[in-house]
Amino acid sequence: MDDPRKERLIRAIAQAVIDHADELTALDQAIGDGDHGLNMQRGFAAVLADLPALAAKRLPDMLKGIGMTLVMQVGGAAGPLYGTLFLELGKTMPEQPERDDLVAAFGAAIRAVMARGKSEPGQKTMLDVLVPAQAALAEGADAARLKIVAAEAAARTVPMRAIRGRASFLGERSIGHMDPGARSSQLMLAALADAVEQAA
Amino acid sequence: MNVGIVIVSHSPKIAEGAADMVRQMVGDRVKLAWTGGNSAGGLGTDVAQILAAIEAAWSDAGVAILVDLGGAETNAEMAVSLLEEERRDRVVVCNAAVVEGAVIAATEASGGSPLPVVRQAAEEIYGG
Repeated sequence: MDDPRKERLIRAIAQAVIDHADELTALDQAIGDGDHGLNMQRGFAAVLADLPALAAKRLPDMLKGIGMTLVMQVGGAAGPLYGTLFLELGKTMPEQPERDDLVAAFGAAIRAVMARGKSEPGQKTMLDVLVPAQAALAEGADAARLKIVAAEAAARTVPMRAIRGRASFLGERSIGHMDPGARSSQLMLAALADAVEQAA
Repeated sequence: MNVGIVIVSHSPKIAEGAADMVRQMVGDRVKLAWTGGNSAGGLGTDVAQILAAIEAAWSDAGVAILVDLGGAETNAEMAVSLLEEERRDRVVVCNAAVVEGAVIAATEASGGSPLPVVRQAAEEIYGG
């Protein structure tokens, strides 16, 4: 992957998060502590600020660099969770990944997020989008299909009851709102899919 | 050398206040550091500041970290994972209420107890 392509992909993902910061905050105000939008905005603004240097790195190092920036800048639980996702992608992704490599690295990164958050799918978290998205990719989904799967998965968190995170304090009252972490994961996957479609 | 104590709260005021209470109990017999707030000065926790606090409270006997809510725990565990390998095994994040846990852990540490005992004391306050 050449540097301009890496730069476009990162910019697309970061911009999608930043553009939806208010919506993420509103979702988090409904069931959490209301900091998800601002925290993610700060983290991805730091990624954008470092973009040329990040894109100039080898793909695995670029992913680790994004992960460490998120770990250091986000400030809420999303920092170590998304940070771990990117750090682990960087650890397991070869420099010139084939599709199988992407699927495998994404799977390893999701397992690392589960360990970091002591969580699993079905608990109204980002995992409820990441896990079905990875499964769809493993089954051969294209970019358009990935977007649909991610959107449906995020919507399925609405009736879920939160088990992990601040939303779990609300118990039954967490039901009826989309999980902000599921939404941010969906936004990032959709931005990635759009960028891949445009490049194709 | 006694186990060191690190207090991590979303709020710098809570972290500092808890540290004041610990200091009153154990004086200078335990190394103590606290951190609260995110990198932008708002409520939250900051991995870089947690790493700095671990460094400030470092003891060869280890460091027990007390945290408040969710993100503080996750960020503290993230910070521990970023430590050099020989230090990583000597730092624990306690599953305890931050104020009570810090006071009990520090009191236990001030008597020279090893890290697992300090942790257990903090985690057993409420029969946990």
